[in-house]
Amino acid sequence: MNLPLSLTINGVRRDIVLDDPRVTLLDLLRERLDLTGTKKGCDRGQCGACTILVDGRRINSCLALAVSHDGAEITTIEGVGRGGELHPVQAAFIAHDGFQCGFCTPGQIMSGIGLIQEGQAGDDPERVRECMSGNLCRCGAYQGITEAVLEAQSNMTASKQRRSA
Amino acid sequence: MMNFDYVRPASVADAIAAASEKGASYLASGTNLLDLMKGGVSRPSRLVDVTRLPGLDRIEHLSDGSLRIGALVRNADLAHDAAFARTYPAVAEALLSGASAQLRNAATVGGNLMQRTRCAYFYDAGSACNRRWPGAGCDALKGENRLHAVLGWSEGCIATHPSDFCVPLVALDAIVEIEGKGGRRELPLEALHRLPGETPERETALERGDLIVALRLPAGAQGFARHARYIKVRERTSYAFAVVSAAAALRIEDGRIRDARLALGGVAAKPWRAREAEQVLAGAAPDAAVFREAARAALAGAKPSGDNAFKIELAQRIVVRALTLAAAGTPDRIAALPGSPFSSVAGA
Repeated sequence: MNLPLSLTINGVRRDIVLDDPRVTLLDLLRERLDLTGTKKGCDRGQCGACTILVDGRRINSCLALAVSHDGAEITTIEGVGRGGELHPVQAAFIAHDGFQCGFCTPGQIMSGIGLIQEGQAGDDPERVRECMSGNLCRCGAYQGITEAVLEAQSNMTASKQRRSA
Repeated sequence: MMNFDYVRPASVADAIAAASEKGASYLASGTNLLDLMKGGVSRPSRLVDVTRLPGLDRIEHLSDGSLRIGALVRNADLAHDAAFARTYPAVAEALLSGASAQLRNAATVGGNLMQRTRCAYFYDAGSACNRRWPGAGCDALKGENRLHAVLGWSEGCIATHPSDFCVPLVALDAIVEIEGKGGRRELPLEALHRLPGETPERETALERGDLIVALRLPAGAQGFARHARYIKVRERTSYAFAVVSAAAALRIEDGRIRDARLALGGVAAKPWRAREAEQVLAGAAPDAAVFREAARAALAGAKPSGDNAFKIELAQRIVVRALTLAAAGTPDRIAALPGSPFSSVAGA
């Protein structure tokens, strides 16, 4: 069965023909499009390492069939920096040691970007922790992750205000 | 994962026709189904993708005061709809206490209703499970069963229903709208999920091809907005299924409970409406003694199905806590840790 689909991935349109409907968005990115920044942790929706943005919303790419997302706009960790410049969430993870081994980090950063766009957590660390609970970190860098998300959010709000001023 | 045919019908009628074939299964976001397929627990020969069906992603306020929620509305969108959260706060709190932000962004209303039990023996294709394989036996009966059912179970199955969302919904008399081969019909949500009895493999009242198209909250469900909570005990603070949970909704006038709704989660194969407890509460002053009496009434028929007698006591305490917090008043904003008894909220 040939299943054609078209996705916009990090701003670039990709026309793909799948020969198998079982391919998840995660496996499509990693195994067929060489976008290996998105990590496969549990592959069962329990760890968050595979978090990407689909149409601007963070989801677990391991539990999403690629064929079902024909036409979607996808952002992965490879697509968040601007040229040589880090995304504010990436920069904040470095500034706050929001990682140790780094395996969960792309998922954490994509989840943090999604969280900030959702706008539900405000500047309350407890709400940030709760809204990041879908991303596990086996190294236990949670303290730094929470600080990084809070600082990135505040930097992004400030620069947005500067732009609109 | 077993291979399957993938079809994406353009209309509800085409979807029903495609899903009426043996072995077919509907696919919404797939957050539960794909997980089950990866483990070989679900082995559909055809997936009927309903995510593009038109008109099923709307929240509609009907002229009779009821609310109609399309089956494809995402859990996060419903929970963060300001009017919805204000009017049905226990439902929004239950939604936000479930899964993770990523899963709530994907999971749909209809999919939440149709999620399968999280019993580890159901999930392990190598274990005996009457739900998966009728007549195979139940390895949970003699296994790790501290989280299993204490109400409505049978020797054939002691699994629990995992949904948080469904618990306040049954308390509020939610109705499920179904399209099937025989046309449209509706069912109280309370009658959708079945207790196991002799046929644990028949999990819901749906027939082959039936598609949940919407969920409706009747007009009367609005009357509980000021006193409604969902409280859930988990084995970790966030991103875990309920050990036990309770949705409490009260209508209090002149210092008396005029109407009470109570339902429990994590205790049975279906969201458990506690009508005996509601009768205890109706007409009483909202105080600790009557809450304890209601909790006893709610669990009066409970018995351990294994190493889980503690859940009977825990469930009663959670009922008391949910009623106490509901009586204290719905908070202006959902707690930082939705549903958690550890959240610091006035009145707790």
